[in-house]
Amino acid sequence: MNTVVFKNVSKSYQLGTITTSVLRDISFEIEPNLFTVISGPSGSGKTTILNLIGCLDKQSSGEIMVAGKSTTNMSDDEMSQFRLQNLGFIFQNFNLFPMLSAYENVEYPLILINMPAAQRKKRVMELLDAVGLSSKANNFPNQLSGGQRQRVAIARALSKNPSLVLADEPTANLDSHTGTEIIQLMRSMQKLLKITFIFSSHDPHIQAAADNTIVVNDGVIKNLVAA
Amino acid sequence: MKLFLLAFRSLIRNRRRTLSTIFAISIGLTTVLLFGGYRSNIIYSLETGLVQAEGHLQIQERNYFFSGQDNPIEYGISDYQQIMELIKNDPVLSPMLVVMTPTLHLGGLIGNFSSGVSRSVLARGLVASDVNKMLDWNDYQMHSYATALPLKDENLDDVIVGEGVGRKLNLCEKFKLSNCVTVVKPAAKLGAAMPDDLSKLVDLGVQDASAGASSAGDETKIEMLAATSGGAPNVVGLQIVATRNMGMKALDDNYLLMNLNKAQKLTYGSSQPKVTSINLQLKQSSQIPAATERLQNLLSTQFPEKNLAVLNFQELNPAYGQTVQFMNSIFGFISILISTIVLFTITSTMSNSIIERTVEIGTLRAIGLKRSELRTLFVFEGLQLGILGALFGLILTSATAYLVNHSGFTWIGPGYSYAYLILLRIWQDPVLLYGSVVGLVALTTLSALWPANRASRMLIVDALRHV
Repeated sequence: MNTVVFKNVSKSYQLGTITTSVLRDISFEIEPNLFTVISGPSGSGKTTILNLIGCLDKQSSGEIMVAGKSTTNMSDDEMSQFRLQNLGFIFQNFNLFPMLSAYENVEYPLILINMPAAQRKKRVMELLDAVGLSSKANNFPNQLSGGQRQRVAIARALSKNPSLVLADEPTANLDSHTGTEIIQLMRSMQKLLKITFIFSSHDPHIQAAADNTIVVNDGVIKNLVAA
Repeated sequence: MKLFLLAFRSLIRNRRRTLSTIFAISIGLTTVLLFGGYRSNIIYSLETGLVQAEGHLQIQERNYFFSGQDNPIEYGISDYQQIMELIKNDPVLSPMLVVMTPTLHLGGLIGNFSSGVSRSVLARGLVASDVNKMLDWNDYQMHSYATALPLKDENLDDVIVGEGVGRKLNLCEKFKLSNCVTVVKPAAKLGAAMPDDLSKLVDLGVQDASAGASSAGDETKIEMLAATSGGAPNVVGLQIVATRNMGMKALDDNYLLMNLNKAQKLTYGSSQPKVTSINLQLKQSSQIPAATERLQNLLSTQFPEKNLAVLNFQELNPAYGQTVQFMNSIFGFISILISTIVLFTITSTMSNSIIERTVEIGTLRAIGLKRSELRTLFVFEGLQLGILGALFGLILTSATAYLVNHSGFTWIGPGYSYAYLILLRIWQDPVLLYGSVVGLVALTTLSALWPANRASRMLIVDALRHV
């Protein structure tokens, strides 16, 4: 069973009296345990696709299946629960909680799933160690570099052991060297944990590292490239 | 629990905002409690003073309070000893009672004829030992201004007058009264002794050789003229043993306290003595309803012919109720004002916080927090701000109240003739204390509700895009 299935999905936004169509009747499937990139120019619809996969938004029409479940008729609470149990997110701006330390940022989702304290501590330290930041556990986001923040964000996204991690242009705010390191880290984590990673990016380094590439432009799929 | 913990973490991490909000809440609570404490002190002081002076309840002839105060003879209670005996032996009332004492109020004219001065007075005939026992009542542990009356049950002629009366009788030097005006005595014009007819009345009506007419040179010996139950004038000789500041000027200028037996002799002569009220002091003010109900039952069944009424100190002193209402209305106004300020402060702080934390809200929702959980998270922040603000407010209130209560500041209330200590009664008033704290915590929680709702309704994609 494929991790993500889009069938004739369209998405449009209403801005006053004007309806803007962002995705137009797109269909594709993403296989599990692969490193998939959604690429395309700015405004092409990459982030919208990620938002729909991540249950952060609802399609206007069509059907979406994620991790074997149809998200089409899910209520808001069901989508929240689905995200909590199945999905991890990595954002372009890292989106770490500024008032929490690196440790606490990684720990936060684990508190939400009611993981016992001792188990939580073990899990957080394992992940921080895996992303090379165990020595920075008590540092706050403003005490970390951009690359370090994104590593914390990766650890946080992986903390709940999700089946699918979604990353929206994770290297856009990093220099090329750090960006490459982050891609390598994500790739190694994906292989190690055997989970599905889906990115939106127009970074050629990411595209080169990907198993699959979905090229989108003006709200339609232009190309599907398998590695 | 997890959301409560996460909300607390958020407050700790946002120290500056948290502290400024807690400070605003603390100031609000302190203001309410300080004024509330001041109000409580006034109300409980009033109640204590009234209960110490005249007890919680009075049994009177039904129409005496409204129609008979200028005619106590007409509205006197006969056989009052039997009524008192019945109450004393009643198994329901007896355990509630501290003091039960008869009182006779009457009006009269007092004068020191040798000094050529006289004035009208409102006299209270009392049993001094009972009244002194009543002065010990202090259920609220108030600062008491009451001191025992220097009257003895066996000294029938001894009286105490208000300081204002003392001034009128030119007793300033004798009793070291302040604010006196030197009066040129018109004694020479009026004659050196009281008129013969009144002098005879003293001898005939009182049958008290020791009192006699006022003698020249002792200005503390006075005569009191009053009407008897038969309508004839009667005079007794009395001895002023002390003057007393009665608290209120209007009372101070007219009041006289005398022995009940003497007052009865003056009013009723050799007829059956009566009283205008039987005063009952209870152990606690909260016993008033139960005691009243029991008394009404007893009086209506045992003395149906007497047409007696039971009145409590609030009914007998309408000014008490008016003062309570006045203080409560000011307290209510201040509370509403402070609550509104706190409400807007918290709402504004939380709204700003939510705008600042829009991306955080989007991230929290993306991680998997439900709308209701996000709302709860912010409401918990409001609740915790309220609890912390209340704690700091209580500390601030305690410190301020301690300073005020030990400052010795005084004020003279409207109509009063001496200064009262300004005291704040906060910890001793649980209704005020818990009411204000719980009210404020509820208010801060409520204040957070609207911004929390707004946060929970944010679209995740919009929140994540927020710059």
